[in-house]
Amino acid sequence: METVALARWQFAITTIYHWFFVPLTLGLSLLIAILETRYVRSGDERFKRLARFLGPILMINFAMGVVTGIVQEFHFGLNWSEYSRFMGDIFGAPLAIEALLAFYLESTFLGVWFFGWDKLSKKAHLVTAWLFALGSNISAYWILTANSFMQHPRGFQMEGGRALMADFFALITNPNIFYQFTHVLTAGIALAGFVVLAFSAWRLLRGQEADLFRVAFRWAAVYALIGSLLVGVIGHFQGQFLMKAQPLKMAAAEALWETGQPAAFPIIAFPNQQTRSNGLEIRIPALVSFLAYNDFTARVEGINDLEKQAIAHYGPGNYIPPVALNFWSFRLMFGAGLLMVLLAILAVASRQPERRPGLLKVLLWAPILPYLSSTAGWIMAETGRWPWIVFGLLKIEDAISPNVPAGSIAFSLAILTVLYLVLAIIALKLALRQGTQGSAAEPAVEAY
Amino acid sequence: MNTLWFILVTILFIGFFTLEGFDYGVGILLPFLGKKDVERRIIINTIGPFWDSNQVWMITAGGAIFASFPQVYATLFSGAYLALILMLVGLILRGVSFEFRSRSDSSRWRNTWDWLLFLGSLIPAVLWGAVVGNLMRGLAIDDKMTYWGGLLPLLNPFALLAGVTFVALFAMYGANLLILRTTGQVEKRAKALAPRLWLVATVLTVILVIWTFLATDILTKPGINGLIPAILAAISLLLVGLFQRQGRYGWALVCSALTFVLATVMVFAGLYPRILISTLNPDYSLTIYNAASSPYTLRVMTIVAVIFVPVVLAYLFWTYKTFSKRIGEKDLGY
Repeated sequence: METVALARWQFAITTIYHWFFVPLTLGLSLLIAILETRYVRSGDERFKRLARFLGPILMINFAMGVVTGIVQEFHFGLNWSEYSRFMGDIFGAPLAIEALLAFYLESTFLGVWFFGWDKLSKKAHLVTAWLFALGSNISAYWILTANSFMQHPRGFQMEGGRALMADFFALITNPNIFYQFTHVLTAGIALAGFVVLAFSAWRLLRGQEADLFRVAFRWAAVYALIGSLLVGVIGHFQGQFLMKAQPLKMAAAEALWETGQPAAFPIIAFPNQQTRSNGLEIRIPALVSFLAYNDFTARVEGINDLEKQAIAHYGPGNYIPPVALNFWSFRLMFGAGLLMVLLAILAVASRQPERRPGLLKVLLWAPILPYLSSTAGWIMAETGRWPWIVFGLLKIEDAISPNVPAGSIAFSLAILTVLYLVLAIIALKLALRQGTQGSAAEPAVEAY
Repeated sequence: MNTLWFILVTILFIGFFTLEGFDYGVGILLPFLGKKDVERRIIINTIGPFWDSNQVWMITAGGAIFASFPQVYATLFSGAYLALILMLVGLILRGVSFEFRSRSDSSRWRNTWDWLLFLGSLIPAVLWGAVVGNLMRGLAIDDKMTYWGGLLPLLNPFALLAGVTFVALFAMYGANLLILRTTGQVEKRAKALAPRLWLVATVLTVILVIWTFLATDILTKPGINGLIPAILAAISLLLVGLFQRQGRYGWALVCSALTFVLATVMVFAGLYPRILISTLNPDYSLTIYNAASSPYTLRVMTIVAVIFVPVVLAYLFWTYKTFSKRIGEKDLGY
């Protein structure tokens, strides 16, 4: 069991760390492509300067995403070999397609984009910006296809103890992807919007190149608002979908032990897994019923009833995910999301942001919100599936590599964690320096 | 279909070794051929726009093995756990070094990242050699397709020699590239070093091939084996030395690349139809049949590959054409 716990920690740390970089690449690549399009269409040099200003930040961030992504890909074989044997027929395909369709595209065209300002025509250069943005977002689609199967298996058949692909089309049109992909895409847009807002706020507070960063502020504010609103709306429908697909995950996220008709929404609660009750609850009556089924009187099943159903269906065992973790992750995710919408509205509404130093100072720190929100979202998505690694088909404890001893995992866990920490601090420092020092018109840095 | 995917995986590894090979080589030579900062930047910029997409060949090869031969993916990655973790650490260091080193003017900062870039190129180079060595030699895989031996048996003399040989070959390859892609001092030093690297690489390769002949069945097994590609690879390697002596460096680079192509073919032809050889019992080996995905998955993946591989190759070719000029001091701006 020690091995499983260590392997889970290693995967959790690697995934969260990887996800620290990915959404910024998704959202920022699109924003850069939009800014450069504006430059090519209007000839307004400010948009070119902004795109170039954001380039090195994107490069640092992308490099971190790539190196953590390789660890991610190898991990399924390293620590979870039985998972790979069980799922390889289904899981390997989207991963290979992701590499072929997306990784070549993004890694090739980011290089061409970054090094090609003087080598390509305006239009050709713009095309490379869009190809990079397309590549990174396609890659998200394919990896989420793989993850969607783990959340909501579709298009498969069981044979000889392995899950085999039966219908590729069903695999890639899994209803779960529709919510998950759009949720992730808009989360990236919101996050990139807030990051660019923060850099713009920094410059505007110091009066550096105000004409340039007023434009950046304005575009980033609209971008952040669109992302924050959409990610919330989509998240709501995703929640309704999960009520049916993974009811125990949602019941845990709402800390709803007993079936309720109607079911109340706890704003705050301290769930206790042993006593199966919540300490100190503050509740809004009937709200969960409404959120889940658009009906204030709907019946929502609680953890205790759902557990009975799970045991009847899958046999004896423990099927309750870590309730407190899911409850607080869920609250952190949408709580931060609501604050993001509020801040983005304020930013869009301020016509002359330099006159609002209070708002600018808040925006300097605001990127913390989307980072927390999207990390919490993934913690809920992955731990709420417990005890399943593939929902309803394979349990986490049966997926581990039998031949990797706990000592080896502890060793790699220690090395990777320290390495991740050191590199994250360096990357953050470099990105901050990139965004805050030197002139945006003449980037202080060299290519390599 | 299974054979087709074996060939496709082979092609991905050919792409990986022949493209990422010079990146590793350039990384290994960086601290030795670049004395001043500007020289090191020239060296790094020769592979600047490429190294990342070259690395994708490895990621795609990994993904393709996962998709087409998932049992191989599971057995190899869990079996070689610590070695692969070490390789990942190397690849992480290499990847960030490219991005980080020029973001500060401090010479200590840059020097640190240059050496980490060296290490991050050296470690995967050695380990890939060792992996290939162990693939040819076989692993103690049991009847459940699992290797329990841990790290130490993987560090046998044969695999270690393969590791060192790979480093020498990559370095020779990298030097050949630098001769063509740089000017000035770097070009001069690369020209001086290349023949010596060739000599070391050739001696090591000869020993490795003889040992392979004696200790494995890669070159001798009946039916398809690696003998003919091995002979062609040897000729190609000799031609590298010949062209270097004549100062025809373009051809020396082509023949270096060809050596990697042929050596990769040799290994895979020698393995076929096995992928992971079991030293415990030949029947426990993972083959293109017992380790493969279902025919349905292989068919889907074939359709995807047939459509998209040509597209990818086309734009990769275009990129190399766009950035094919020599790099001197004046080309370093952003």
